[in-house]
Amino acid sequence: MFCMLPAYSPTSTCINVTQNGWFFPLDARTLVLHDRHLTFGLNMASCHAPQASFFPQISPPFSADTSSSPIVSCRFPCRYASLQVSSPSSGTFVPRAEEKTKTERNIFACAATASRLVAEKPAPTKKKTTITKEEGLVLYEDMVLGRSFEDMCAQMYYRGKMFGFVHLYNGQEAVSTGFIKCLKEGDFVCSTYRDHVHALSKGVPARSVMSELFGKATGVCRGQGGSMHMFSKEHGVLGGFAFIGEGIPVATGAAFKSKYEKEVLKNDKVDAVSVAFFGDGTCNNGQFFECLNMAALWKLPIIFVVENNLWAIGMSHIRATSDPNIWKKGPAFGIPGVHVDGMDVLKVREVAIEAIARARRGDGPTLVECETYRFRGHSLADPDELRKPAEKAHYAARDPILALKKYLLQHNLADENELKSIQTRIDEVLEDAVDFAEASPLPPRSQLLENVFADPKGFGIGPDGRYRCEDPSFTAGTAQV
Amino acid sequence: MGLSSIAYDLGSGLNGPMSISHLSSPRQQLAFSAKSCTGSRACITVRAADGNSGSMRAPPSTVRASKLVTNAVAVKSETASIAATKSGHELLLFEALREGLEEEMERDPRVCVLGEDVGHYGGSYKVTKGLAEKFGDLRVLDTPIAENSFTGMAVGAAMTGLRPIVEGMNMGFLLLAYNQISNNCGMLHYTSGGQFTIPVVIRGPGGVGRQLGAEHSQRLESYFQSVPGLQMVACSTPYNAKGLMKAAIRSENPVILCEHVLLYNLKERIPDEEYVCCLERAELVRPGKDVTILTYSRMRHHVLQAAKSLINKGYDPEIIDIISLKPFDLHTIGNSIKKTHKVLIVEECMRTGGIGASLRASIMDNFWDYLDAPIMCLSSQDVPTPYAGTLEEATVVQPPQIVKAIKQLCG
Repeated sequence: MFCMLPAYSPTSTCINVTQNGWFFPLDARTLVLHDRHLTFGLNMASCHAPQASFFPQISPPFSADTSSSPIVSCRFPCRYASLQVSSPSSGTFVPRAEEKTKTERNIFACAATASRLVAEKPAPTKKKTTITKEEGLVLYEDMVLGRSFEDMCAQMYYRGKMFGFVHLYNGQEAVSTGFIKCLKEGDFVCSTYRDHVHALSKGVPARSVMSELFGKATGVCRGQGGSMHMFSKEHGVLGGFAFIGEGIPVATGAAFKSKYEKEVLKNDKVDAVSVAFFGDGTCNNGQFFECLNMAALWKLPIIFVVENNLWAIGMSHIRATSDPNIWKKGPAFGIPGVHVDGMDVLKVREVAIEAIARARRGDGPTLVECETYRFRGHSLADPDELRKPAEKAHYAARDPILALKKYLLQHNLADENELKSIQTRIDEVLEDAVDFAEASPLPPRSQLLENVFADPKGFGIGPDGRYRCEDPSFTAGTAQV
Repeated sequence: MGLSSIAYDLGSGLNGPMSISHLSSPRQQLAFSAKSCTGSRACITVRAADGNSGSMRAPPSTVRASKLVTNAVAVKSETASIAATKSGHELLLFEALREGLEEEMERDPRVCVLGEDVGHYGGSYKVTKGLAEKFGDLRVLDTPIAENSFTGMAVGAAMTGLRPIVEGMNMGFLLLAYNQISNNCGMLHYTSGGQFTIPVVIRGPGGVGRQLGAEHSQRLESYFQSVPGLQMVACSTPYNAKGLMKAAIRSENPVILCEHVLLYNLKERIPDEEYVCCLERAELVRPGKDVTILTYSRMRHHVLQAAKSLINKGYDPEIIDIISLKPFDLHTIGNSIKKTHKVLIVEECMRTGGIGASLRASIMDNFWDYLDAPIMCLSSQDVPTPYAGTLEEATVVQPPQIVKAIKQLCG
């Protein structure tokens, strides 16, 4: 098996493959090696190419409306145990999990190191950037907001302002920002208990999220949801779920509604997509597989985003999963499975744009596995003793915010002052959010019985013959129901 | 199970709690009044097994065999719409469900059905027969066998604007969807602070059938009853099946509609004009004075069968089909208890933690002072339903047991 990896130029690269191979142009920036199979970003249109053919037809153009460089799919056994690539956005990667055994390293090794062949050709000095200055600053601000918000949450938790289970998103911002900033109003996002940043990226004001965490009546869910249940009808955030896997069917239902609206209600203007975020642990859950099947079956406009941070509380993904390559599970259902470096917002964004366009076109779902990491423990109650310091250090070096900052500065898209002013602005937003939350009132007793039912007649008819909700003490929250 | 033809009662649900005054004919009023057999009301004294004919019944010499009461319920009242003109149409319960479903789907294009074999197969019990051809494959969606996920999908669709109906091929299968029903259906309206409504209807046949085996004979009413945020109703006749189906679809709350495997072929004449039952109201099946019998679903028919023999023995039971399993209609129930002072609950779910247990507690909390005797409750045995016919029969409450319980309660 011979594979020839050409230079970086997005338009001219090509790869010649042998059996089981695909033949496509390559964008080497999203190159990752797993288990001696080479996979990089995925060209969605090309997924329909038959896998059996020796030189499958290249379907031109790969996707009509891709503004960024074409991303390709390639899976074939490669003689190189490790393949190196240097990314313009965050420097050379080092193989992940160096301390693991050789077998494990083969499975999960080599996040990337540039191949000899690639390294031979010098990278062009003036690389065309994939984002504009405005886009870059939007991404940067969103990630900084996410990070600062979570840091503030930790502070407030330890000061006794919020309680219960709080799961922080530090380190994973690239996934949220990368995907959600490509969505538009009307699209849906469905998350897990690690949902603060998803809500913020989707547009829920920091004030509302913070006061929800404080349990105040001005919270986005009136204080009734809490950290793990962020919902926003206005911004299309469908939750916030405490049990893993629960949100995936809900996101599938929202995607079903989009399809229903288009095909049954004949509303052509609708093209809402749903994005479901969940973790590596969820990928062993039945709901994940059931929804992949249904979404693929009915070609629902949904993107399944796996935030693979390698740990489900204290259970390592490799200890829990027979085949840790989650992206591989997509093709089993006939949908593209993509693996992307989730610590690099630009790469995530490229994949997101492609996947979202695919969903909007009506070509169906995509499974995107984002390799990412959480810098803090599972929750604020987690002592986080099982993860090795070397692993943490490895990923800390790949901090998505620092990587984007470096990229912006290197490509002269922004200067230090602009970035600093963004940080200052975010700090002010958070100060305001905390002040607002502190000053907000706690929910009154009367709120207890509100919203249990959309139609409060559901509380039934009382002994006096009237509906219980008509009882005056009902609105005081003291009715016996 | 020999069921007499069931006369429906226009009074319940539409005009408020039933009172005897709506029965226009004196003959009918008398038929339901005092248990004394000395008036024009006919009865036959039946010697009880212990040879005691009871102190409250007329001595045999005054028995008039002129009219044996074979119907335990009100005969069709002479209201203009049905009895006189013979209008309305006769159908089976599953057809009534289908009619209700079809009418609602025509009325609102957002109403859709999801479930296994609901589309091309027409539903395991033919409730959705013909609907996929009429409304299309997306509105009557054949799902893969993934209850948890397609129930969750229905929740997500409901949150974003549709009005889905989830059919569990058998109620027992919905145990697999319990996660979504409890966590999402019941809770999301609350945890989202009222932002999202979940107008789903979850329906399916439950109950003990004819030797279907333990797993297909489950009663899940009591499992769902505790879930806050859910409403639950049980239909028992074609009339209330159609009315409850329509009401459940129109409701903004998540509603569980419990049907029964053995009741699908019940025949009744229902009105042609559109009607909707009330989800929160119980149905007064037969007014009476001696004892209140509270029941639902299939047990209603066992109670009616037992009532035939009870009436012939001279008892005058008031039979209430509670319909709304969550929340209980304490008004209808309370009015009855205030009249009779004795309660017998006849249910098909298990004794432990069943609907009856919950109802007993509610009644004691609210109507303790009106009770003359402890509340009796007849429930199914706490056993997985056996396959063997004789054992299965022994698992659920049978009419002779009901008669015996009433005798015990009333003396």
